[in-house]
Amino acid sequence: MNFGFTEEQNLLKDQVQRFMKEACPLSHVRDLSNSDSTFDQALWQQAAELGWLGLTIPENFGGLGLKWIDLIVVLEAAAEGLCPLPIASQALASTAILTCASEAQKASWLPAVASGEAIVTLGLYDEANWIDPAAVTASASTHGEGFILRGKKPFVNDALAADYLLLAVQGPQGLALAALGKDQVTVTAQPTIDSTKPMASVDIDGVEIGADDLLPMSDEQLAYLTDCGGVATTAEMVGAGAAILALTNSYAKERIQFGKPIGQYQGVKHRLADMFVDLESYRSLCYFAAWTVDDSPQELAKAVSMAKGYASDAFAQIGIDGVGLHGAIGFTADYDAQLYLKRSKWARPMYGDSDYHMDRIATLGGL
Amino acid sequence: MDFDYTPDEQSFRQEVRSFIAENLPPKEKRDKSFLGTWLEKVRAKGWVGFAWPKEFGGSDGGLIEQAILKEEMSLAKAPPLGTSMMGLAWVGPGIMEYGTEEQKKKFIPDILDSKVTWCTGYSEPNHGSDLAAIQCKAELQGDHYLVNGQKIWTTGAPWSQWIILLTRTDFNVTSKHDGITCFLVPMDAPGVEVRPIQNMAGDKHFAEIFFTDVQVPVENRLGAEGEGWKVTVSALANERSSIGEVTQLQAKLDDLKTLVKNSKRQGKPASEDPKVRRTVAKFEIKISAMKYNGLRYLTKQIKGEPLTSETSVNKLHRASLEIEMDDFAIELSGQAGLQLRGGEEAVDNGTWSKGALNWPNVVIGGGTPNIQRNIIAERILGQPKD
Repeated sequence: MNFGFTEEQNLLKDQVQRFMKEACPLSHVRDLSNSDSTFDQALWQQAAELGWLGLTIPENFGGLGLKWIDLIVVLEAAAEGLCPLPIASQALASTAILTCASEAQKASWLPAVASGEAIVTLGLYDEANWIDPAAVTASASTHGEGFILRGKKPFVNDALAADYLLLAVQGPQGLALAALGKDQVTVTAQPTIDSTKPMASVDIDGVEIGADDLLPMSDEQLAYLTDCGGVATTAEMVGAGAAILALTNSYAKERIQFGKPIGQYQGVKHRLADMFVDLESYRSLCYFAAWTVDDSPQELAKAVSMAKGYASDAFAQIGIDGVGLHGAIGFTADYDAQLYLKRSKWARPMYGDSDYHMDRIATLGGL
Repeated sequence: MDFDYTPDEQSFRQEVRSFIAENLPPKEKRDKSFLGTWLEKVRAKGWVGFAWPKEFGGSDGGLIEQAILKEEMSLAKAPPLGTSMMGLAWVGPGIMEYGTEEQKKKFIPDILDSKVTWCTGYSEPNHGSDLAAIQCKAELQGDHYLVNGQKIWTTGAPWSQWIILLTRTDFNVTSKHDGITCFLVPMDAPGVEVRPIQNMAGDKHFAEIFFTDVQVPVENRLGAEGEGWKVTVSALANERSSIGEVTQLQAKLDDLKTLVKNSKRQGKPASEDPKVRRTVAKFEIKISAMKYNGLRYLTKQIKGEPLTSETSVNKLHRASLEIEMDDFAIELSGQAGLQLRGGEEAVDNGTWSKGALNWPNVVIGGGTPNIQRNIIAERILGQPKD
């Protein structure tokens, strides 16, 4: 029994934190999110060279052959500084390839994913706030030797930066993932509250694809990919939550009102304590969920719902209190607290909000 | 990260399970002699004071084995491993650390053998949360101290034989943490008067205690004069792991789910009501969070890293669960939920209605939620003291 990280994992965490401090400080994140493209190719290259993009890809496909528990170390530490690189999307897309693609496709696609040469993303549901196979409405039907796609994928993360997209559709034989190159589709940016997490709609209507480019996907595989998305998102919520708590905590020590640091007032210090309790708790649940992905898959669904179900509401409140405890300064665009509040809004519905996850816990728990 | 147990740990778990299977009859089959026999048997196993050093009669048990033992015992809803709960939790550890050889010989075996029950004389009428401000006075007079003052909210005082008592021996101190001295006092000493206090659930578990010219021999002082705060803090730091509590809460959640399955809301199955489902799921998440927080802290301890005040996190979760679970059950059951044990419509024989009035035992005893928040904010987050 050991619920802690290894020496290697701690070193990996240090490496990511150093990278964020030196190469991607918040000032740079702001510059990127104010520019036309949030994607920074040079930064991506560095992340690729550090091996972060192929962590969970097996070694025979060019990756490092590590586990999700290693991946979340990177996601958490990168999210402390709101890293805008599509590391989570890349990891989810590679998981989708490993889950649904043929051996030949894995061998042909994954090395370029692991090296970062190809940027890939995954788009699952087309109905907002609905996690269900029926929420995939885009479709593929037989057309000549291959398929023709119909519909639109309205909520695809990091689609603008992606070279390739794996998009869920209803195929002739059930659910499937359509593998597409960026030149085959029309991607339109959809600005959201959080500009560090670019979202886009992808028009696939009338696009023709080859027979091999439609990867069959079972309902269980869709659920699995959704759960992996939940783990990735929650790990980022741990990092971002810790960062805004740290920011607010140090502000409360320095800000003097009525002759005392505001952290001396229980109205402030108790809120900070509650933020800590919540963060600490969804952190533990997140680590356990990440562990189950590779080591206890039969526990994954419940573990993810525990972690994301807790984190969705808790991080939202941490974002609000982080800004709120700062007073007016927290509300200003120049100050960093607001960036984290925006991330908390972004993360809340991703891969299921708390209502979805808590209802699933009730079901899995026999109700 | 690895949630597997070593072969040794697994065989220890198996040993505990077999012991329980052999020695723990179902509740309805336990007669009057059962508890005594049980206590002797677990004592013979070395499971009372399991983590205590062997020289004091413990087993030098490791942290994981200790957690396994607690988990299995509370899964089986077994009676406690000793009746001297506070003796095992902090009086014994305090004596092992600060006691004289004579005190160790005199008190430790009786705690392990469940012969003596201890209570804890900390709170006073004017000093509860602000524990260090105590006023109960002890004056050295030759070979004894003369104790005068009052304690209150002392859990177990009506049936305990001994009390670990915090007094003030010096009133001229700059810091209130100085000048405090700790004593081990028999409850039948002349001048000790116990007046039980009835709580809102109707029980008389706690009491006020008056000390009038009570003579306490010098050899009953625990630690040096003026060192009482240090003794107390280190005794309280001898924190029980929360594993047993998690298992108890899980069992309570199972009972609550059964109640939900058997309940209706506005004529429809309660298990279909989104609010009911969400509430139960929230309890389940919190209990799991306690479990995994506890395992993370246990891992830290095993690695030899000091635990600071992280246990306050689980104390806060437990406090809210203790209040909310019973409350939710009686709300779910409407008027029937209000009925007390013995009532015609009483739900689960009044367990929930009783629990809804009993939570302060756990929630306020050992530090209120607001004190836990202070501890987290000050000791972990480094905010200035109030």
